[in-house]
Amino acid sequence: MKSFTYERVDSAAAATAAFARMPGARFIAGGTNLLDLMKLEIETPQHLIDVSRLALDKIEATAEGGLRIGAMVRNTDLASDARVRRDYGLLTRALVAGASGQLRNKATTAGNLLQRTRCPYFYDTNQPCNKRKPGSGCAAIGGFNRLHAVVGASDACIATHPSDMAVAMRALDAAIETVDAAGKARAIPIAEFYRAPGKTPHLETVLAPGELITAVTLPKPVGGTHIYHKVRDRASYAFALIAVGVIVQRDGTGRVALGGVGYKPWRVEAAEAALPRGAKGVADGLLAGAKTTHENAYKLPLVERTLAGVLAQAKG
Amino acid sequence: MKFDTPATTNPIDQMKIVGKPTNRIEGPLKTTGTAPYAYERHDVAANQAYGYVVGSAIAKGRIASMNLDAARAAPGVIAIVTADNAGKLAKGDFNTAKLLGGPDIEHYHQAIALVVADSFEQARAAASLVRVEYAREKGAFDLAAAIDTAIKPKASFGTEPDTAVGNFAAAFAAAPVQLDARYTTPDHSHAMMEPHATIAAWEGDKLTVWTSNQMIAWSVGDMAKTLGIPKENIRFDSPYIGGGFGGKLFNRADVLLAALGAKAAKRPVKVALPRPLMINNTTHRPATIQRVRLGATADGKLTAIGHESWSGDLPGGGPETAVAQTRLLYAGENRMTAMRLAVLDLPEGNAMRAPGEAPGLMALEIAVDELAEKLGMDPIALRVLNDTQVDPEKPSRPFSQRQLNKCLETGAAKFGWSKRAKPGATRDGRWLVGMGVAAAFRNNLNGPSAARVRLAKSGVVTVETDMTDIGTGTYTIVAQTAAEMMGVPLDKVVVKLGDSAFPVSAGSGGQWGANSSTAGVYAACVKLREAVVQKLGLASDAVFADGKVKAGRRSVALGDAATDGELVAEDKMEYGDLAEKFQQSTFGAHFVEVGVDAMTGEVRVRRMLAVCAAGRILNPKAARSQVIGAMTMGAGAALMEELAVDKRFGFFVNHDLAGYEVPVHADIPHQDVIFLDEADPTTSPMKAKGVGELGICGVAAAVANAVYNATGVRVRNYPITLDKLLGKLPDMV
Repeated sequence: MKSFTYERVDSAAAATAAFARMPGARFIAGGTNLLDLMKLEIETPQHLIDVSRLALDKIEATAEGGLRIGAMVRNTDLASDARVRRDYGLLTRALVAGASGQLRNKATTAGNLLQRTRCPYFYDTNQPCNKRKPGSGCAAIGGFNRLHAVVGASDACIATHPSDMAVAMRALDAAIETVDAAGKARAIPIAEFYRAPGKTPHLETVLAPGELITAVTLPKPVGGTHIYHKVRDRASYAFALIAVGVIVQRDGTGRVALGGVGYKPWRVEAAEAALPRGAKGVADGLLAGAKTTHENAYKLPLVERTLAGVLAQAKG
Repeated sequence: MKFDTPATTNPIDQMKIVGKPTNRIEGPLKTTGTAPYAYERHDVAANQAYGYVVGSAIAKGRIASMNLDAARAAPGVIAIVTADNAGKLAKGDFNTAKLLGGPDIEHYHQAIALVVADSFEQARAAASLVRVEYAREKGAFDLAAAIDTAIKPKASFGTEPDTAVGNFAAAFAAAPVQLDARYTTPDHSHAMMEPHATIAAWEGDKLTVWTSNQMIAWSVGDMAKTLGIPKENIRFDSPYIGGGFGGKLFNRADVLLAALGAKAAKRPVKVALPRPLMINNTTHRPATIQRVRLGATADGKLTAIGHESWSGDLPGGGPETAVAQTRLLYAGENRMTAMRLAVLDLPEGNAMRAPGEAPGLMALEIAVDELAEKLGMDPIALRVLNDTQVDPEKPSRPFSQRQLNKCLETGAAKFGWSKRAKPGATRDGRWLVGMGVAAAFRNNLNGPSAARVRLAKSGVVTVETDMTDIGTGTYTIVAQTAAEMMGVPLDKVVVKLGDSAFPVSAGSGGQWGANSSTAGVYAACVKLREAVVQKLGLASDAVFADGKVKAGRRSVALGDAATDGELVAEDKMEYGDLAEKFQQSTFGAHFVEVGVDAMTGEVRVRRMLAVCAAGRILNPKAARSQVIGAMTMGAGAALMEELAVDKRFGFFVNHDLAGYEVPVHADIPHQDVIFLDEADPTTSPMKAKGVGELGICGVAAAVANAVYNATGVRVRNYPITLDKLLGKLPDMV
C-alpha cells in the first residue's frame, strides 16, 4: 500500500470540491473492495475522500411511485427494507446472495455498483492486465479463464463484473443519480452506466473524474414473480459462475438479466419477447455473439438450463 | 522406555480421564483471544521491526538485476535482505527449493528479498519499490504433458516406488470382470487459517524464533543447517498454531527471513507470509494422474489389483505416494503398484493432510464403486468380500486390528444405506439425490517422543515437551494422560508445549502425534511415579488416585513427595519392531448423501457419516472435531478445491481465499461420527492410533460415488464441478 492522505467530508458538494483539489483522489465509502486493492497496490490513490458519513443513507419514495436509494445505504439495510422486499424482491434476493453478512453491513449501494472485477490476473501485479495496467496485455486470455466473460468481451479484456446487486438493478431499470464538481446533477440509466472494455478496459463506467453517485432510483414496481438464481461452486460466499435474475408476469412475459457473463449486468430487452416460449430462445438472444474458451464454454448451456429451471419455478 | 512387546494392563486402562469427552484445556484462551499466536507475541522481544517478503515474479530463470535504491530510500526502511547480502546459506534437509532464492529462481513467488522497516505498512510499501529484472527460462508446468518424462523415484520415508506380487498382468488379462480407468486429482493448498509467521531475535550468536511450526526438532535442525550455526544456539517456540495440515512441517521463508532480517536490522523482526504469497511460496499437495486396474471373478473376488500414479515436483523433490493404501486395503493374489515422478517447475510439492492416501483413495475408491457396478454388486458387499486380515503383500504380517467390515456395516445401518436406489432414480424437487460410500484407510505411525514431568508440593503436575498442538487438541490429551497416570484431576495438570528447550517429541504430522506424544508422557509419568514411591517410601505397587498415593494402609497426598523440592522425571518412549511384526493401520467408512441440481449441476452435500476404527480414542470430543474437520476438507477436495495452474507462466493463479475455494458452513449441513470401541496393544501403552488424517481419507470418493448414484454421471477428474456434469445431465425441468 502506498502512503495516502485522507479526509472525511460531510456533503456531496464538499466531496466533489475535494476531488477538484486532489484530482487523483478516490472516494471511499464501505471500503470492502478499495482497501484490498490498495493493499495489493492495484489501486494507488494518493488521497481518499471518505464519503461514508454523507446524509445519503435514506430510502425514500419518489413522486413517480418508485424508490430513491441513497448512495450510502448499506447492502444489509437495502436488502431488509420492507418496501424493497415487497416490491423489488429481486433486489433483496440478489443482495443476500452476495458476499457475507459482515461485508454487506459495510458495503454501500454506490460502492457495490463500482466494485472491480475478481479476475485473478487483475489481482496479481506480476501479471499483465490491461485493466490494471493499460497496454500490458491480458493474461486471462489463454490462461485460467473458467470464470470469465462470454459476451461483450474484447481482445484486451475478458473480465466479468462481480456484482449481484447490479444484476437486479439492471432488470429493475434502475437509474444512477450523480453530481459533478460543477454541481451538475444527472441520472444515468444503468443500461448506459458500464463501458464495454474495447481497447480501454481500465475505463469501466461513464462517470467523469470526480463525479459522485448520490442515489440509485427504481421506477415504480412492475409486480410479477422475482427470482434470483446464483450458480456457484460452493453454496455461499463465492462469486457467481453465472447468475440469472428474472421477473416473470402471470402471462409469461417478463425480464431477464444475467450476472457473471460479461463486463456488466447483462440484459438484452429484445430477447425477452421469447420468454413465454421458454428458456432457449431467450438464452440464444441474450448470448448472441458469445465468444467462449474451452474453460468457460459451459456458461452457455448453464445459462439456458438455469433460466429454464427458474422459469419452471416461477410457474410454481 | 522401550515399547517392544504388546501392552498389558496399565494405569491408562482405568479410563477415568483418558477416553472421556473433554473440553480443550486451552479453549478459554483461544475463545477469548488470549492464546498468543506467533505474529501477536508483542511481549517476547522489545522493539520489533517488520519484515515484508518480496516474491519472485517468474517461475523459472534468474534475477538479471535487482535495484534496491528506491526501497532503501523509502520511509522507515532499516534493512533489506537478499541472497546477495545474506551470506552463505545452506538448504535445509526438508526443503526442496531454497527459502531465499536468487540469482536462480526455482518457482513463482520464491522469496527473493525481505524489506525490514519500522512499521508493517512501511515495509510493505518499500517492498513494492524493489526493482527486479528477470531472465525468464522455459519450465515444465503441465503434469499431463510431463508424464512421459517421469522416472522411478527413490524410496522415501520407507515407501518403495514399486511393488509387485504374483502375476498382475496375466491375472488382470484373465479376469472375467475388469475395470481400467484413469483419474486425476488437482494440486491442493493447505489454506490454514493462520499464515506462516515468525518473530526472530538474536542475542549474540543465539537465535530465538517465535513461530508457527508442527515439527520443532526437525525445524531447529534445518535452521541450524541453513544458517550454518550449532543447533544449541537456536530456540524455537511455537505454543499455539492456527492450523498446519502439513504446511508447517518444515521451515518456510518467514523463519529464515525473520532470522536474517533480525541480524541485518540488529533488532527483533517479525514476518508473516501474506495470503497471496502462501499458495505459491510454500508447499502444496501435488496433483496426480492415476490409473487403477481391478480384475475380479464374476462373484466379486479380486484377483488382480493394479494402481499407478504420476505426480511432479521440483528437481530433488518426491512423489505423491498415492498408491500406498492400495498395497494394504484389499485382498487379491496378483498385485502391482508403481509411482512415477516428473520434474515440474511449479512450487514445491509436499505433505498435506494424509499425503498419499488422501489422493490415492480419491481414485481407488471410485474404482471399487465402478467395479461393484460392473459386477452388479453392492459396493459394501464387494469391499466386505475382499477384506484381508493380513498384509496382502506379506501375508505373514497380520493387521494388529482391522475392523473395516464393521465400519462399513455399522455405517450402512446407521445411514440408511438400504434405501439407496439405482443411479438417477431419486428426485427431491429439482434435486437429484444419491448416496455414496468409500472405505477409509490411513496407516498408523509411531515416533519416538520424550517428555519431562514436574511434581510440585501443591500436587500440580507440569508436563513439558516440544510437542505441538496444531489445533488438534494435543494440550488436552497430554493433560488427560498425565492426570490419569498421576491420579490427579485435570485442573492439577499444566501442559507446556512447542518449546525446543523441552524434550524432543514426535511432533504433529502423519496423524502420529496423539499416540506418540502421549506415550512419551506416559513414559515420563512412569518414572515420576517411581520417584514418588521411592521418596515417600511406599511399596512399588502403590495406587495413584484422587491426588493421593496409597499403598497398604498408608495414603499420602501426592504433593508430599515434593515437600523437599520439586520432583522431576524425564523419559522418552522408543519403539521396537511391533510395527514390523504387525501392520498397524486405521480404518473407517464414509457415507455421503448429495443433491445435484438437475438444471445447474450444482452439487451440494446433504449429510455425511464417518465410522472410524482407530484404536483407543483418547478424547472423543477432540477426535470428533478432527474427523468432522477432515470430512469437511474431503468435501472440499471432492467439489471445489483446485489450484488452477497457469501452464504458460508456471504458477497457481487462484492464490488467495477468494479464488481457492474451501467449504463454508452452508456447504456442510450435517455430519455424524461414530468411533468403534478399540484398544490396540501393539501401538503403545496408550493403545491409541491417529484419527486426524483418517477422517479425510476416502471422503472425496464417497462424494463422487454419491454424485454418480444421484445422476448416473461418473466424473473421474476432481473437483466435481458442475461444468463436468452439465452436458450429461438429463434434459428435464
